[in-house]
Amino acid sequence: MKNKVNRELPDDIMAQLAFKPFQTTEIGHPTIQRAAPKLVATTGNDKLKDSLAEIVQATVKDGMTISFHHHFRNGDFVFNMVMRLIIDQGIKNLTLAPSSLTGIMNDLVIEAVEAGTVTNITSSGMRGKLGEFVSGGHLANPVIFRSHGGRARAIEEGSIKIDVAFLGVPNADRLGNANGMNGDAVFGSLGYALMDAQYADKVVLLTDNIVPYPNTPASIKQTQVDYVVKVDQVGDPDKIGSGATRFTTDPKELKIAKTVNEVITKSPYFKEDFSFQTGSGGAALAVTRYLRQSMLDHNIKASFALGGITKPTTDLLKEGLVRKIMDVQDFDRGAAESMHTNANQQEIDASWYADPYNKGAMVDQLDVVILSALEIDTKFNVNVMSGSDGVIRGAIGGHQDAATAKMTIISAPLVRGRLATVVPDVTTVVTPGDSIDVLVTEVGIAINPKRQDLITAFQNLPGIPVFTIEELQQKAATIVGNAHPIEYTDKTVALIEYRDGTIIDAIQQVKD
Amino acid sequence: MEIKQTALAGTLESSDIQIMLSKGTDGIKINLDSEVKKQFGAEINAVITSVLQKFEITNANVKAVDKGALDCVIKARTIAAVQRALGTTDKPAWEVL
Repeated sequence: MKNKVNRELPDDIMAQLAFKPFQTTEIGHPTIQRAAPKLVATTGNDKLKDSLAEIVQATVKDGMTISFHHHFRNGDFVFNMVMRLIIDQGIKNLTLAPSSLTGIMNDLVIEAVEAGTVTNITSSGMRGKLGEFVSGGHLANPVIFRSHGGRARAIEEGSIKIDVAFLGVPNADRLGNANGMNGDAVFGSLGYALMDAQYADKVVLLTDNIVPYPNTPASIKQTQVDYVVKVDQVGDPDKIGSGATRFTTDPKELKIAKTVNEVITKSPYFKEDFSFQTGSGGAALAVTRYLRQSMLDHNIKASFALGGITKPTTDLLKEGLVRKIMDVQDFDRGAAESMHTNANQQEIDASWYADPYNKGAMVDQLDVVILSALEIDTKFNVNVMSGSDGVIRGAIGGHQDAATAKMTIISAPLVRGRLATVVPDVTTVVTPGDSIDVLVTEVGIAINPKRQDLITAFQNLPGIPVFTIEELQQKAATIVGNAHPIEYTDKTVALIEYRDGTIIDAIQQVKD
Repeated sequence: MEIKQTALAGTLESSDIQIMLSKGTDGIKINLDSEVKKQFGAEINAVITSVLQKFEITNANVKAVDKGALDCVIKARTIAAVQRALGTTDKPAWEVL
């Protein structure tokens, strides 16, 4: 079958997993039955444990779904600690359902798949060796990729039923009150992990820092936690986030960032109390810097900044240019520390951030978002999941979710090396073109034809040529030449869910 | 034309290609290492081969390490490697450009 973005989906797998094809970005008003965890009641006096092995043995059984968060990013010690024990204990047929998988987890995920310990994976993304492993067809069942909002929805509606969540925290008391702000391995917001804490049947906290009871502020609460396990170290502080934020000096990135800022400030959305989300890439950080100057020049303040937060954004908060930061994740230490000291930096969970099936997510209130792309096609569909060689090497993150903003800007270079970014058809559709409003490249911008209002607003910006997206695609092709199409087998290695749980694309095994 | 010595041109920086040219006996043999081999391998080989043919080189071993170079770069690096290999760098072959 083909879905509404013209992608061929595997009928047999779609039927077997009871998935529906993607139809529309409109969510409407469906009635949702939430799932609830099954728990064993306790006074909480016997939660503190020394032996992780015993807790793994007591909680994890064949066929279960286990989860982790990725807030430690590449400084994570918890995932490998737990997976080592699970593999060694000979447990089989697990579904791995972390908020995402980072490079440091790759080796043990591959080992767990090869040992039959893990047979299903759902994640926001994967990179490096693991992406190559899955794209090579080495996992029997297709990986289900979900956005951060999509994962929150799937957990709440019970499509992901977590049996045991292993959640690393930089501090906890003996009953499990914990936050991401104090200790050695601090990462700030616990946004993604809060879903697991609330909905998993069993919640195991791992920490290297037991603090006196009661621990506040408590992001994860004692009412949710079954065990608190003391370990030597939960993470490497130096690898959790980039230390000092460096601004890009790449002239191409700076040109793109400057243009993005022009697009924002000349749009109808740039007015008092506007809201925005930027990402963590070099260009995105530069946008924040240009935007700051524009806000000062025009005496305009933002009501809130959203999403993955970096120090340049928390600096705006400190300066009073942004009234609130709604923080699901912190990308650097500066942002994590700011959460500690600034009451206007509010921790939000993934549902509050981006879940389409709740009573109002932050992304629905968002005016402007700047997102990146590995590829964007002439239908404005965006790929952030697979490389031009067809191999999985990315993550959806909040891409589909934040793209519901009133103005979604994709910032991307026309070409990267010999690879075109603007292409006739993306390798994998992650975010549908219907959600995308403006593409900003170093040579000029393209506006989605359905946004005639923006075409009018941007038609006479000095120094910013407006092209059709077809024209940009042809410019890219003139530079790099025509790529030979990648060959695939008929084995489906991954399915991409849209944020509402419908399937927007499938990824096939790459032919060697 | 006869290759006199093994010669190298280009770097391993992104968007560059490093071409190493050495004597061969069995036609033009290209050993290509490229991140975009699947999409552009045939085209890269064709560009290198056409430059060698313009210099009338019929036997050569080429080791090419590509970091996403465009055709113009591949051509320039190959010409540089050829002229170094032929020992003719004092007389740039403008006409093949």
